[in-house]
Amino acid sequence: MKLSRIPQQIIPLGILFAAAIIGLVVLRAIFVPPTFGEHGHYRAAAVDEISQLPESYAGIKACMDCHSDVYDLKQASVHKGLSCETCHGAAAAHAADPEAAKPVVPTGRNLCLTCHGYLDSRPSGFPQIISATHNPAKPCMSCHNPHSPIISAPTEECAACHAGIANQKAVSHHAELACTQCHTVPKEHFTQPRVFAAQKPAGREVCGACHANAGSGKEIPQIDLATHGGRYMCWDCHYPHSPEAQ
Amino acid sequence: MNQPPKMPRREFLSNVAATVPSWLLFLSAFKPERLFAQESEKYDPTKHNYSMGVDIRKCIGCGRCADACKTENHVPREPFFFRTWVERYVIPVEGEVYVDSPNGGIDGFPEYKAESETLRTFFVPKLCNHCENAPCVQVCPVGATFTSQDGVVLVDASYCVGCRYCIQACPYGARYLHPTTKVADKCTFCYHRITKGDLPACVEVCPTQARVFGERNSNSSPIRRFLRFNDVKVLKSYLNTRPKVYYAGADEEVR
Repeated sequence: MKLSRIPQQIIPLGILFAAAIIGLVVLRAIFVPPTFGEHGHYRAAAVDEISQLPESYAGIKACMDCHSDVYDLKQASVHKGLSCETCHGAAAAHAADPEAAKPVVPTGRNLCLTCHGYLDSRPSGFPQIISATHNPAKPCMSCHNPHSPIISAPTEECAACHAGIANQKAVSHHAELACTQCHTVPKEHFTQPRVFAAQKPAGREVCGACHANAGSGKEIPQIDLATHGGRYMCWDCHYPHSPEAQ
Repeated sequence: MNQPPKMPRREFLSNVAATVPSWLLFLSAFKPERLFAQESEKYDPTKHNYSMGVDIRKCIGCGRCADACKTENHVPREPFFFRTWVERYVIPVEGEVYVDSPNGGIDGFPEYKAESETLRTFFVPKLCNHCENAPCVQVCPVGATFTSQDGVVLVDASYCVGCRYCIQACPYGARYLHPTTKVADKCTFCYHRITKGDLPACVEVCPTQARVFGERNSNSSPIRRFLRFNDVKVLKSYLNTRPKVYYAGADEEVR
Protein backbone atom coordinates (compact mmCIF):
# COMPACT_ATOMS: atom_id res chain seq x y z
CA MET A 1 0.00 0.00 0.00
CA LYS A 2 1.38 3.36 -1.03
CA LEU A 3 1.48 6.15 1.48
CA SER A 4 -0.61 8.35 -0.83
CA ARG A 5 -3.45 5.81 -0.66
CA ILE A 6 -3.91 6.45 3.09
CA PRO A 7 -6.62 9.04 3.58
CA GLN A 8 -5.05 12.39 4.37
CA GLN A 9 -6.94 12.91 7.64
CA ILE A 10 -5.53 9.64 9.03
CA ILE A 11 -1.84 10.63 8.73
CA PRO A 12 -1.71 13.36 11.42
CA LEU A 13 -3.86 11.18 13.67
CA GLY A 14 -1.49 8.28 13.11
CA ILE A 15 1.51 10.45 13.96
CA LEU A 16 -0.27 11.63 17.09
CA PHE A 17 -1.03 8.04 18.15
CA ALA A 18 2.51 6.92 17.46
CA ALA A 19 3.88 9.83 19.51
CA ALA A 20 1.53 8.98 22.37
CA ILE A 21 2.54 5.32 22.33
CA ILE A 22 6.26 6.13 22.17
CA GLY A 23 5.78 8.69 24.95
CA LEU A 24 4.03 6.11 27.10
CA VAL A 25 6.77 3.55 26.56
CA VAL A 26 9.48 6.10 27.38
CA LEU A 27 7.69 7.39 30.49
CA ARG A 28 7.04 3.83 31.66
CA ALA A 29 10.70 3.00 31.26
CA ILE A 30 11.64 6.08 33.28
CA PHE A 31 9.11 5.82 36.10
CA VAL A 32 8.59 2.09 36.65
CA PRO A 33 11.41 0.78 38.87
CA PRO A 34 13.71 -1.76 37.24
CA THR A 35 12.58 -4.88 39.11
CA PHE A 36 8.88 -4.02 39.17
CA GLY A 37 6.70 -6.87 37.97
CA GLU A 38 9.41 -9.53 38.16
CA HIS A 39 7.38 -11.73 40.51
CA GLY A 40 4.12 -9.80 40.63
CA HIS A 41 2.73 -6.31 40.92
CA TYR A 42 5.56 -5.09 43.12
CA ARG A 43 9.22 -4.17 43.13
CA ALA A 44 11.16 -7.42 43.49
CA ALA A 45 14.18 -5.57 44.88
CA ALA A 46 12.10 -4.51 47.89
CA VAL A 47 12.11 -8.10 49.15
CA ASP A 48 15.91 -8.13 49.24
CA GLU A 49 15.99 -4.71 50.88
CA ILE A 50 13.69 -5.91 53.66
CA SER A 51 15.57 -9.17 54.15
CA GLN A 52 18.82 -7.27 54.52
CA LEU A 53 17.66 -5.17 57.50
CA PRO A 54 19.87 -5.59 60.58
CA GLU A 55 18.79 -7.86 63.43
CA SER A 56 18.61 -6.71 67.04
CA TYR A 57 17.96 -10.08 68.69
CA ALA A 58 20.78 -12.59 68.39
CA GLY A 59 18.77 -15.69 69.33
CA ILE A 60 19.53 -18.17 72.09
CA LYS A 61 22.00 -20.14 69.97
CA ALA A 62 24.34 -17.16 69.95
CA CYS A 63 24.25 -16.95 73.77
CA MET A 64 24.90 -20.67 74.17
CA ASP A 65 28.34 -20.47 72.58
CA CYS A 66 29.90 -18.42 75.38
CA HIS A 67 27.49 -18.77 78.30
CA SER A 68 27.08 -22.52 78.20
CA ASP A 69 27.19 -22.81 82.01
CA VAL A 70 24.24 -20.47 82.50
CA TYR A 71 22.51 -22.06 79.53
CA ASP A 72 22.82 -25.56 81.01
CA LEU A 73 21.54 -24.34 84.37
CA LYS A 74 18.56 -22.67 82.73
CA GLN A 75 17.75 -25.66 80.52
CA ALA A 76 17.52 -27.88 83.59
CA SER A 77 15.08 -25.51 85.31
CA VAL A 78 11.47 -24.49 84.80
CA HIS A 79 12.74 -21.52 82.82
CA LYS A 80 14.01 -23.79 80.03
CA GLY A 81 11.44 -22.37 77.62
CA LEU A 82 12.72 -18.83 78.01
CA SER A 83 15.12 -17.25 75.61
CA CYS A 84 17.98 -15.35 77.24
CA GLU A 85 16.80 -12.21 75.50
CA THR A 86 13.34 -12.46 77.08
CA CYS A 87 14.82 -10.98 80.24
CA HIS A 88 18.19 -9.60 79.13
CA GLY A 89 16.85 -7.69 76.13
CA ALA A 90 18.09 -7.52 72.57
CA ALA A 91 21.68 -8.71 72.46
CA ALA A 92 22.76 -8.90 68.82
CA ALA A 93 25.18 -6.03 69.46
CA HIS A 94 26.62 -7.92 72.43
CA ALA A 95 26.97 -11.11 70.38
CA ALA A 96 28.82 -9.19 67.68
CA ASP A 97 31.18 -7.48 70.12
CA PRO A 98 30.90 -8.76 73.70
CA GLU A 99 32.96 -5.92 75.14
CA ALA A 100 31.32 -3.00 73.37
CA ALA A 101 27.71 -3.71 74.29
CA LYS A 102 26.42 -5.29 77.46
CA PRO A 103 22.91 -6.70 77.77
CA VAL A 104 20.55 -5.61 80.53
CA VAL A 105 20.71 -7.40 83.87
CA PRO A 106 17.34 -6.82 85.51
CA THR A 107 17.69 -6.71 89.29
CA GLY A 108 14.45 -5.40 90.79
CA ARG A 109 11.00 -6.94 90.99
CA ASN A 110 9.30 -5.31 88.02
CA LEU A 111 10.48 -7.59 85.23
CA CYS A 112 9.64 -10.76 87.15
CA LEU A 113 6.20 -9.37 87.90
CA THR A 114 5.38 -8.83 84.22
CA CYS A 115 4.98 -12.61 84.10
CA HIS A 116 4.56 -13.67 87.74
CA GLY A 117 2.44 -10.84 89.15
CA TYR A 118 -1.09 -12.06 89.79
CA LEU A 119 -3.62 -11.35 87.02
CA ASP A 120 -6.83 -13.31 86.80
CA SER A 121 -6.51 -13.45 83.00
CA ARG A 122 -3.34 -15.54 83.20
CA PRO A 123 -3.80 -19.27 82.69
CA SER A 124 -4.56 -21.10 85.93
CA GLY A 125 -1.59 -23.07 87.18
CA PHE A 126 0.91 -20.48 86.01
CA PRO A 127 2.98 -19.48 89.07
CA GLN A 128 1.89 -16.05 90.22
CA ILE A 129 2.37 -14.01 93.36
CA ILE A 130 0.66 -11.03 94.88
CA SER A 131 3.54 -8.62 95.06
CA ALA A 132 2.21 -6.67 98.03
CA THR A 133 2.28 -9.74 100.29
CA HIS A 134 5.18 -11.74 98.83
CA ASN A 135 8.28 -10.30 100.53
CA PRO A 136 7.44 -6.75 99.48
CA ALA A 137 10.31 -4.47 98.46
CA LYS A 138 12.79 -7.36 98.34
CA PRO A 139 14.40 -8.06 94.96
CA CYS A 140 13.26 -11.46 93.67
CA MET A 141 16.88 -12.46 93.18
CA SER A 142 17.56 -12.34 96.92
CA CYS A 143 15.75 -15.71 97.17
CA HIS A 144 15.30 -16.98 93.58
CA ASN A 145 18.00 -17.59 91.01
CA PRO A 146 16.31 -16.54 87.79
CA HIS A 147 18.18 -19.24 85.85
CA SER A 148 16.85 -21.88 88.23
CA PRO A 149 13.99 -20.21 90.05
CA ILE A 150 12.47 -22.98 92.14
CA ILE A 151 13.96 -22.85 95.62
CA SER A 152 15.03 -26.28 96.78
CA ALA A 153 15.59 -25.08 100.34
CA PRO A 154 12.86 -22.51 100.81
CA THR A 155 13.37 -19.38 102.79
CA GLU A 156 13.20 -19.86 106.53
CA GLU A 157 11.83 -16.39 106.84
CA CYS A 158 8.32 -16.71 108.25
CA ALA A 159 7.32 -13.37 106.67
CA ALA A 160 7.64 -14.86 103.17
CA CYS A 161 4.29 -16.53 103.74
CA HIS A 162 2.92 -14.94 106.91
CA ALA A 163 3.43 -11.37 105.80
CA GLY A 164 0.24 -10.08 107.39
CA ILE A 165 1.16 -11.34 110.84
CA ALA A 166 4.80 -10.30 110.45
CA ASN A 167 3.84 -6.74 109.50
CA GLN A 168 1.50 -6.47 112.47
CA LYS A 169 4.06 -7.86 114.88
CA ALA A 170 6.78 -5.59 113.50
CA VAL A 171 5.05 -2.48 114.86
CA SER A 172 3.84 -4.02 118.10
CA HIS A 173 5.39 -4.42 121.53
CA HIS A 174 6.37 -7.91 120.47
CA ALA A 175 8.46 -6.66 117.52
CA GLU A 176 11.67 -7.93 119.07
CA LEU A 177 10.43 -11.48 119.56
CA ALA A 178 11.26 -14.19 117.05
CA CYS A 179 8.34 -16.29 115.83
CA THR A 180 10.03 -19.31 117.37
CA GLN A 181 9.82 -17.68 120.82
CA CYS A 182 6.24 -18.95 120.99
CA HIS A 183 5.86 -21.31 117.98
CA THR A 184 7.75 -24.54 117.51
CA VAL A 185 8.32 -25.00 113.77
CA PRO A 186 9.21 -28.44 112.39
CA LYS A 187 11.78 -28.36 109.57
CA GLU A 188 9.32 -29.95 107.17
CA HIS A 189 7.00 -26.97 107.59
CA PHE A 190 9.15 -24.99 105.16
CA THR A 191 8.57 -27.46 102.35
CA GLN A 192 5.12 -28.88 103.21
CA PRO A 193 3.48 -26.20 105.32
CA ARG A 194 0.03 -27.78 105.41
CA VAL A 195 1.16 -31.29 106.27
CA PHE A 196 3.57 -30.23 108.99
CA ALA A 197 1.94 -27.34 110.78
CA ALA A 198 3.78 -25.01 113.08
CA GLN A 199 2.74 -25.49 116.72
CA LYS A 200 0.86 -22.82 118.61
CA PRO A 201 1.53 -22.26 122.31
CA ALA A 202 -0.08 -24.95 124.41
CA GLY A 203 -1.02 -23.04 127.52
CA ARG A 204 -0.88 -19.96 129.71
CA GLU A 205 2.59 -20.84 130.89
CA VAL A 206 4.09 -19.81 127.50
CA CYS A 207 2.97 -16.23 128.09
CA GLY A 208 3.68 -16.59 131.77
CA ALA A 209 7.33 -17.30 131.08
CA CYS A 210 7.76 -13.54 130.56
CA HIS A 211 4.62 -12.00 131.99
CA ALA A 212 4.52 -13.91 135.27
CA ASN A 213 8.23 -13.83 135.99
CA ALA A 214 9.44 -11.06 138.26
CA GLY A 215 12.98 -11.47 136.94
CA SER A 216 12.14 -10.85 133.28
CA GLY A 217 12.50 -7.08 133.26
CA LYS A 218 10.40 -4.26 134.55
CA GLU A 219 9.23 -3.01 131.13
CA ILE A 220 7.35 -6.30 130.70
CA PRO A 221 3.87 -6.11 132.25
CA GLN A 222 3.49 -8.63 135.04
CA ILE A 223 0.43 -10.57 136.10
CA ASP A 224 -0.32 -13.29 138.60
CA LEU A 225 -1.27 -16.41 136.64
CA ALA A 226 -3.30 -17.73 139.53
CA THR A 227 -5.66 -14.75 139.73
CA HIS A 228 -5.51 -13.15 136.23
CA GLY A 229 -8.02 -14.43 133.67
CA GLY A 230 -9.07 -17.53 135.54
CA ARG A 231 -9.85 -20.42 133.22
CA TYR A 232 -9.36 -18.39 129.99
CA MET A 233 -6.36 -18.67 127.73
CA CYS A 234 -4.28 -15.50 127.35
CA TRP A 235 -5.12 -15.19 123.60
CA ASP A 236 -8.84 -15.32 124.33
CA CYS A 237 -8.46 -11.65 125.34
CA HIS A 238 -4.99 -10.53 124.12
CA TYR A 239 -3.82 -10.85 120.51
CA PRO A 240 -0.19 -11.95 120.87
CA HIS A 241 0.96 -10.50 117.50
CA SER A 242 -0.26 -7.06 118.47
CA PRO A 243 -0.73 -6.90 122.27
CA GLU A 244 -2.52 -3.78 123.49
CA ALA A 245 -0.52 -0.83 124.71
CA GLN A 246 -0.60 -0.12 128.39
CA MET B 1 39.14 -70.91 36.89
CA ASN B 2 40.49 -67.86 35.14
CA GLN B 3 43.30 -66.22 37.01
CA PRO B 4 43.52 -62.45 36.52
CA PRO B 5 46.80 -61.47 34.88
CA LYS B 6 49.45 -60.99 37.51
CA MET B 7 50.81 -57.48 38.03
CA PRO B 8 53.99 -57.05 40.00
CA ARG B 9 53.50 -55.09 43.18
CA ARG B 10 56.11 -52.52 42.21
CA GLU B 11 54.37 -51.84 38.89
CA PHE B 12 50.96 -51.56 40.60
CA LEU B 13 52.21 -49.03 43.13
CA SER B 14 53.91 -46.89 40.49
CA ASN B 15 50.71 -46.93 38.44
CA VAL B 16 48.72 -45.76 41.45
CA ALA B 17 51.24 -43.01 42.14
CA ALA B 18 51.03 -41.85 38.54
CA THR B 19 47.23 -41.39 38.75
CA VAL B 20 47.29 -39.33 41.97
CA PRO B 21 47.26 -35.92 40.19
CA SER B 22 44.29 -36.90 38.05
CA TRP B 23 42.47 -38.19 41.15
CA LEU B 24 43.02 -34.85 42.88
CA LEU B 25 41.71 -33.07 39.80
CA PHE B 26 38.64 -35.30 39.79
CA LEU B 27 37.89 -34.67 43.48
CA SER B 28 38.44 -30.94 43.21
CA ALA B 29 35.66 -30.78 40.62
CA PHE B 30 33.23 -31.62 43.46
CA LYS B 31 34.34 -28.58 45.44
CA PRO B 32 34.33 -30.07 48.92
CA GLU B 33 33.47 -26.67 50.43
CA ARG B 34 30.24 -26.77 48.50
CA LEU B 35 29.39 -30.12 50.04
CA PHE B 36 29.67 -28.66 53.54
CA ALA B 37 28.16 -25.26 52.79
CA GLN B 38 25.05 -24.18 54.67
CA GLU B 39 21.76 -24.77 52.95
CA SER B 40 20.79 -21.15 53.67
CA GLU B 41 23.62 -19.74 51.61
CA LYS B 42 21.23 -18.61 48.93
CA TYR B 43 17.71 -18.09 50.14
CA ASP B 44 15.09 -19.35 47.72
CA PRO B 45 11.72 -17.79 48.56
CA THR B 46 9.75 -20.18 46.37
CA LYS B 47 10.73 -23.07 48.66
CA HIS B 48 9.21 -21.53 51.78
CA ASN B 49 5.72 -20.95 53.11
CA TYR B 50 5.50 -19.56 56.62
CA SER B 51 2.75 -19.62 59.21
CA MET B 52 2.40 -18.65 62.84
CA GLY B 53 0.39 -20.31 65.56
CA VAL B 54 -0.80 -18.62 68.74
CA ASP B 55 -1.92 -20.72 71.70
CA ILE B 56 -4.18 -18.51 73.78
CA ARG B 57 -4.18 -21.00 76.64
CA LYS B 58 -0.44 -20.49 77.04
CA CYS B 59 -0.31 -16.70 76.75
CA ILE B 60 0.39 -15.06 80.11
CA GLY B 61 0.02 -11.50 78.84
CA CYS B 62 3.56 -10.44 79.75
CA GLY B 63 3.85 -8.30 76.61
CA ARG B 64 7.47 -9.32 75.94
CA CYS B 65 6.53 -10.05 72.31
CA ALA B 66 5.21 -6.55 71.72
CA ASP B 67 8.26 -5.08 73.43
CA ALA B 68 10.72 -7.21 71.46
CA CYS B 69 8.93 -6.37 68.22
CA LYS B 70 9.33 -2.66 68.84
CA THR B 71 13.03 -3.12 69.54
CA GLU B 72 13.70 -5.40 66.60
CA ASN B 73 11.79 -3.40 64.03
CA HIS B 74 12.36 0.12 65.40
CA VAL B 75 8.65 0.72 65.84
CA PRO B 76 7.97 4.09 67.53
CA ARG B 77 7.57 3.66 71.28
CA GLU B 78 4.42 5.76 71.50
CA PRO B 79 1.43 3.64 72.45
CA PHE B 80 -0.32 4.09 69.08
CA PHE B 81 2.06 2.15 66.86
CA PHE B 82 2.24 -1.62 67.05
CA ARG B 83 3.21 -4.42 64.75
CA THR B 84 2.06 -6.86 67.40
CA TRP B 85 0.20 -6.31 70.65
CA VAL B 86 -1.57 -8.27 73.37
CA GLU B 87 -5.27 -7.87 74.14
CA ARG B 88 -7.01 -8.87 77.36
CA TYR B 89 -10.50 -10.30 77.03
CA VAL B 90 -12.79 -10.40 80.05
CA ILE B 91 -16.03 -12.25 79.34
CA PRO B 92 -18.67 -11.67 82.02
CA VAL B 93 -21.44 -14.11 82.83
CA GLU B 94 -23.86 -11.53 81.48
CA GLY B 95 -23.27 -8.34 79.54
CA GLU B 96 -20.65 -6.89 77.23
CA VAL B 97 -17.24 -8.44 76.66
CA TYR B 98 -14.46 -6.17 77.92
CA VAL B 99 -11.32 -5.92 75.78
CA ASP B 100 -8.31 -3.72 76.54
CA SER B 101 -4.69 -3.43 75.53
CA PRO B 102 -2.96 -0.66 77.50
CA ASN B 103 0.22 0.18 75.57
CA GLY B 104 -0.12 -3.12 73.76
CA GLY B 105 0.50 -4.97 77.00
CA ILE B 106 4.14 -3.87 77.13
CA ASP B 107 3.80 -2.32 80.59
CA GLY B 108 1.55 -5.09 81.86
CA PHE B 109 -2.15 -4.95 82.58
CA PRO B 110 -3.74 -3.05 85.45
CA GLU B 111 -6.14 -4.94 87.66
CA TYR B 112 -9.59 -4.93 86.09
CA LYS B 113 -12.56 -4.67 88.42
CA ALA B 114 -15.39 -6.36 86.60
CA GLU B 115 -18.88 -5.09 87.38
CA SER B 116 -20.40 -8.55 87.24
CA GLU B 117 -19.02 -12.01 87.76
CA THR B 118 -16.34 -13.00 85.25
CA LEU B 119 -17.02 -16.13 83.24
CA ARG B 120 -13.68 -16.41 81.49
CA THR B 121 -10.71 -14.18 80.89
CA PHE B 122 -7.60 -14.62 78.76
CA PHE B 123 -5.00 -12.83 76.63
CA VAL B 124 -4.89 -12.75 72.84
CA PRO B 125 -1.71 -11.68 71.04
CA LYS B 126 -2.52 -9.99 67.75
CA LEU B 127 -0.43 -9.27 64.68
CA CYS B 128 -0.69 -9.12 60.91
CA ASN B 129 -2.40 -12.30 59.76
CA HIS B 130 -0.47 -12.43 56.47
CA CYS B 131 -3.66 -13.28 54.58
CA GLU B 132 -3.39 -15.34 51.44
CA ASN B 133 -6.21 -13.21 50.11
CA ALA B 134 -5.05 -9.93 51.62
CA PRO B 135 -7.40 -6.94 51.38
CA CYS B 136 -4.49 -4.54 51.93
CA VAL B 137 -2.64 -5.88 48.91
CA GLN B 138 -5.77 -5.61 46.81
CA VAL B 139 -6.35 -1.92 47.57
CA CYS B 140 -2.78 -0.64 47.26
CA PRO B 141 -2.86 1.69 44.26
CA VAL B 142 0.89 1.62 43.59
CA GLY B 143 1.91 -1.96 44.33
CA ALA B 144 3.83 -0.99 47.46
CA THR B 145 2.29 -3.73 49.56
CA PHE B 146 2.41 -7.23 48.22
CA THR B 147 2.56 -10.90 49.03
CA SER B 148 6.07 -12.20 48.58
CA GLN B 149 6.82 -15.56 47.01
CA ASP B 150 7.16 -17.13 50.45
CA GLY B 151 3.70 -15.94 51.43
CA VAL B 152 4.62 -12.99 53.65
CA VAL B 153 2.76 -9.71 53.17
CA LEU B 154 5.37 -6.96 52.98
CA VAL B 155 5.47 -3.19 52.53
CA ASP B 156 7.91 -1.55 50.14
CA ALA B 157 8.65 1.53 52.26
CA SER B 158 10.48 3.34 49.47
CA TYR B 159 7.57 2.88 47.07
CA CYS B 160 4.62 3.51 49.42
CA VAL B 161 2.92 6.86 48.90
CA GLY B 162 1.27 6.88 52.33
CA CYS B 163 -2.33 6.98 51.10
CA ARG B 164 -3.54 4.84 54.04
CA TYR B 165 -5.91 2.73 51.90
CA CYS B 166 -4.32 -0.44 53.25
CA ILE B 167 -4.72 0.74 56.86
CA GLN B 168 -8.43 1.22 56.18
CA ALA B 169 -8.73 -2.08 54.37
CA CYS B 170 -7.11 -4.29 57.01
CA PRO B 171 -9.90 -5.96 58.99
CA TYR B 172 -7.49 -6.80 61.81
CA GLY B 173 -6.15 -3.30 62.45
CA ALA B 174 -2.64 -4.61 61.95
CA ARG B 175 -1.25 -1.60 60.08
CA TYR B 176 -0.28 1.90 61.12
CA LEU B 177 1.18 4.95 59.43
CA HIS B 178 4.76 5.44 60.56
CA PRO B 179 4.92 8.93 62.12
CA THR B 180 8.35 9.85 60.71
CA THR B 181 8.55 8.06 57.38
CA LYS B 182 4.82 8.67 56.70
CA VAL B 183 4.42 5.30 55.05
CA ALA B 184 2.38 2.26 56.05
CA ASP B 185 4.13 -0.21 58.33
CA LYS B 186 3.19 -3.62 59.69
CA CYS B 187 4.44 -7.00 60.86
CA THR B 188 6.73 -8.72 58.37
CA PHE B 189 7.09 -11.99 60.36
CA CYS B 190 10.55 -10.40 60.92
CA TYR B 191 11.33 -11.13 57.28
CA HIS B 192 14.98 -10.09 57.76
CA ARG B 193 15.29 -12.77 60.46
CA ILE B 194 13.35 -15.68 58.98
CA THR B 195 15.21 -15.46 55.67
CA LYS B 196 18.42 -16.00 57.66
CA GLY B 197 16.93 -18.97 59.48
CA ASP B 198 16.17 -17.15 62.74
CA LEU B 199 12.83 -16.95 64.49
CA PRO B 200 10.75 -13.77 64.52
CA ALA B 201 11.65 -11.65 67.57
CA CYS B 202 8.25 -12.19 69.23
CA VAL B 203 8.57 -15.97 68.94
CA GLU B 204 12.17 -15.84 70.14
CA VAL B 205 11.30 -14.06 73.39
CA CYS B 206 7.92 -15.66 74.16
CA PRO B 207 8.52 -17.29 77.56
CA THR B 208 5.68 -19.83 77.37
CA GLN B 209 5.89 -20.87 73.70
CA ALA B 210 2.44 -19.40 73.15
CA ARG B 211 3.73 -18.32 69.76
CA VAL B 212 4.87 -20.96 67.30
CA PHE B 213 6.44 -20.22 63.95
CA GLY B 214 7.64 -22.32 61.10
CA GLU B 215 7.50 -23.78 57.70
CA ARG B 216 4.18 -25.04 56.39
CA ASN B 217 6.02 -27.17 53.83
CA SER B 218 8.09 -29.08 56.34
CA ASN B 219 6.60 -32.13 57.99
CA SER B 220 8.55 -31.70 61.19
CA SER B 221 8.28 -27.96 61.72
CA PRO B 222 6.80 -26.59 64.96
CA ILE B 223 3.87 -25.05 63.10
CA ARG B 224 2.95 -28.36 61.49
CA ARG B 225 3.00 -29.95 64.92
CA PHE B 226 0.88 -27.08 66.24
CA LEU B 227 -1.68 -27.51 63.46
CA ARG B 228 -1.72 -31.26 63.94
CA PHE B 229 -2.38 -31.27 67.67
CA ASN B 230 -4.65 -28.27 68.14
CA ASP B 231 -8.11 -27.28 67.08
CA VAL B 232 -7.26 -24.03 65.38
CA LYS B 233 -9.25 -21.16 64.03
CA VAL B 234 -8.40 -17.99 62.15
CA LEU B 235 -9.72 -14.56 62.95
CA LYS B 236 -12.74 -13.35 60.98
CA SER B 237 -12.81 -16.41 58.76
CA TYR B 238 -16.09 -15.20 57.24
CA LEU B 239 -14.17 -12.45 55.41
CA ASN B 240 -12.41 -15.07 53.28
CA THR B 241 -9.04 -13.41 53.86
CA ARG B 242 -7.48 -16.84 54.57
CA PRO B 243 -5.04 -15.78 57.30
CA LYS B 244 -1.79 -17.61 57.97
CA VAL B 245 -1.90 -16.90 61.71
CA TYR B 246 -3.76 -19.68 63.51
CA TYR B 247 -5.22 -19.44 66.99
CA ALA B 248 -5.62 -22.38 69.34
CA GLY B 249 -8.01 -22.11 72.24
CA ALA B 250 -9.68 -18.99 70.87
CA ASP B 251 -13.42 -18.84 71.29
CA GLU B 252 -16.09 -17.04 69.32
CA GLU B 253 -15.58 -13.79 71.22
CA VAL B 254 -12.06 -13.37 69.82
CA ARG B 255 -12.21 -11.26 66.70
